[in-house]
Amino acid sequence: MPVGPEEDLSRFKQIVRGKIRKNLRKYISSGELIGRQGKDKISIPLPQVDIPRFRFDDKQSGGVGQGEGEPGDPVSGEEGDGQGKAGESPGEHVLEVEVTLEELADILGEELELPNIESRGKEKIVAVRDRYVAVRRTGPESLRHFKRTYREALKRQIASGTYNPKNPVIIPVREDKRFRSWRREEIPETNAVVIYMMDVSGSMGEEQKEIVRIESFWIDTWLRRHYKGLETRFIIHDAVAREVDRETFFTTRESGGTMISSAYKLCVEIMEADYPSSEWNIYPFHFSDGDNWSVDDTKACLRLLEEKIFPGSNVFCYGQVESPYGSGQFIKDLHGAFGEENEGIITSEIKDRGAIVDSIKTFLGKGK
Amino acid sequence: MKAHQHAGGGLPRYLLDIQEDIERHARGYGLDFFPQVFEILTYEQMNMVAAYGGFPTRYPHWRFGMEYERLKKSYTYGLSKIYEMVINNNPCYAYLLEGNSLVDQKIVMAHVCAHNDFFKNNRWFTHTSRNMMDEVANHGTRIRRYVDSFGIEAVEEFIDVCLSIENLIDIHSPGIRRRPEAQPVSEDAVPMFEPARFESKPYMQPFINPREVLEAERERLETEARQKEKRFPQEPERDVMLFLLEHAPLKKWQRDVLSIIREEAYYFVPQGQTKILNEGWATYWHSEIMTKKVLDASELIDYADHASGVTASSGMRLNPYKLGVELLYHVEERWNRGQFGKDWEDCDDMAARRNWDLRTGLGRKKLFQIREVYNDITFIDEFLSLDFCIEHKLFTFGFIKNRHRWEVLSREFEKIKQQLLFQLTNMGNPIIRVVDANYQNRGELLLMHDHMGVDLRPDWADDTLRNLNLIWQRPVSLQTSVGEKPVLISHDGAEVVRRELES
Repeated sequence: MPVGPEEDLSRFKQIVRGKIRKNLRKYISSGELIGRQGKDKISIPLPQVDIPRFRFDDKQSGGVGQGEGEPGDPVSGEEGDGQGKAGESPGEHVLEVEVTLEELADILGEELELPNIESRGKEKIVAVRDRYVAVRRTGPESLRHFKRTYREALKRQIASGTYNPKNPVIIPVREDKRFRSWRREEIPETNAVVIYMMDVSGSMGEEQKEIVRIESFWIDTWLRRHYKGLETRFIIHDAVAREVDRETFFTTRESGGTMISSAYKLCVEIMEADYPSSEWNIYPFHFSDGDNWSVDDTKACLRLLEEKIFPGSNVFCYGQVESPYGSGQFIKDLHGAFGEENEGIITSEIKDRGAIVDSIKTFLGKGK
Repeated sequence: MKAHQHAGGGLPRYLLDIQEDIERHARGYGLDFFPQVFEILTYEQMNMVAAYGGFPTRYPHWRFGMEYERLKKSYTYGLSKIYEMVINNNPCYAYLLEGNSLVDQKIVMAHVCAHNDFFKNNRWFTHTSRNMMDEVANHGTRIRRYVDSFGIEAVEEFIDVCLSIENLIDIHSPGIRRRPEAQPVSEDAVPMFEPARFESKPYMQPFINPREVLEAERERLETEARQKEKRFPQEPERDVMLFLLEHAPLKKWQRDVLSIIREEAYYFVPQGQTKILNEGWATYWHSEIMTKKVLDASELIDYADHASGVTASSGMRLNPYKLGVELLYHVEERWNRGQFGKDWEDCDDMAARRNWDLRTGLGRKKLFQIREVYNDITFIDEFLSLDFCIEHKLFTFGFIKNRHRWEVLSREFEKIKQQLLFQLTNMGNPIIRVVDANYQNRGELLLMHDHMGVDLRPDWADDTLRNLNLIWQRPVSLQTSVGEKPVLISHDGAEVVRRELES
């Protein structure tokens, strides 16, 4: 007799994992994964693992449907499902494979050969958690343990002979009631914060922002793998900087000039106010197209970096996204000031979507 | 899973009673079926059996795991639920889902009676094995043995390769003798090539059938025969799997695996050929038996709910259950009212057609005839009518490239019918033949695609050629067309080359 589907299922999963692995580059650069985040799982719309056959091109063969609509109207329920193929061969299905973010980060790490992040020897900070671990006789009604209470009542009624199997009504009295109770636990944690900065001046177009969005997703995913409580902060800047939420960060488009120092100043303020470097692993990431207003402002930037940001953070990362308008000067200035190899800074030039993978590798490949 | 050890012992008494009752009604209507064995499965078992195409003892392969996962998920998320499953076998095995309402179980039983009747009586099922439960188990055992000897990787990989060409079979071959019977070859037997003559009076012979023409014709026939002898295969071979089985340099276990995949592919052919008709027939009968014989008044709402679910068209997709049963009703109505024959065809007075009723009452009889000799293609070809298309709002749709979406294309009857028939032809598979197994005099394999307006999916074609190459172990080429242009795609084991041919 067969062993059941478990074995075939696990074979299938292995194949899928291989498939994710192979296509990871594609997924990363197409950004398909993002926007489908659940709480901590992600659904990857994965084409069902198909066995290739000589088959008609669906897009050419069309089909027969049923319902309202004039020629030229779109057909709903499209994408394969609309095929209505009468034969045995099913249309193409899209199978969603759920992968936890942790798994995804692991696959990313294996694929890009990312080293684990070295702890910077930060002090452990202690988080306090309440955990429900015990049961007590007193407590608020909202915490009543239904099952335990029932059991106590049942025990009492059987013992006292008031239990009637024909009419098994159990009525708990006050002594029967049991309540959940909690214990306060102190959990040591290493915390990390990513401070994303982005130039939103006119020269950064949609495509450039999309690249930043995709890249930041993967950076988040990787860092989250290593730090339990990862916080993210977002700063946008043109000539002035302001802190925004994630949504605004990726959607805002300004048209003003560019003063990078404004963002760095704000970043330093945030670091000093909320993230003492003795307790936090701090990752400032800055993305721009490399344009800056003036040489003076660039000087101010370099000073801020050297005096405040490098000492306070694990590593400062600068990603320069190529845009048709940007001069791309800033990265040269950084290299001029700090050299291409510097402990405190990692720079990366991102030409297009295809370069995202390599850029992630550059940023995270040093294990900082 | 012990599908065939239960032999009727699995059902509780009250369901056995219902089974007996429904079977009695079904027989009363003239349905004629194999003995039936019902089993109750939990939804997990049901998903599992369904994933394995109805055969719990099937050979191991990852795609069954994939299918199981898909079924399990869509069940868990409430997207779909498998109500019934029935296996073409003698005895006929059918599965009921545990926890279904009694109405559902009754519907399924009635439905199964009709499927079973169809399996037994439809001509397209004549050549199918009725002992498939055991054969599939046997296949499973053999493949498991190979897995033990050669490892799951090697065996599964080869199964993938075989499945890749699973649709390259000759679906009509079980019913037709394609190859001439082997004739004893004798050295001195000189084949006679007698050219055909036009009939004529003797004195007209030299004029009607001039000697030179006859000579030329004789010569042509001879050369053709000689060339044919050189050709290998002599006639283009539609059953590509069979050809490879007989001539590809395979190891013994590989040959056996290939033959197993091919056998199972043939087993599923009649099901594929009669999907619309078979489902329509079963739906027609469960509805008849339920509403007229079996249903309690208290069960009516549940029944209506179920029926609407089964025949609902989701989105704009054409539901085979619905198309089949509606078309059967349509035919029944027409034959009941005598709407057939020359007078009917010739009548173009709409009012007269609408009120046409000769009270012939032949509907039921016609349906039994259809169930006996038709398949989906002939069914649609003969009975899909303009009236039906209008009434059921059928349309064709296609993919519009520059707007990147599927659109309604036409509501013209001819186009709808053509599209449906195209989809059903060769069960929706392209027609591909082996034409030369010594291509370029280098033992390469040449396949020919009979292009009928729709191209092959290019990336899949490449991958399939690679798989063919793995079996043939020499370069394999496919002649097809892209749009109007004939193209030769070749795979030599390392890479694909596409070459445009002169048309």
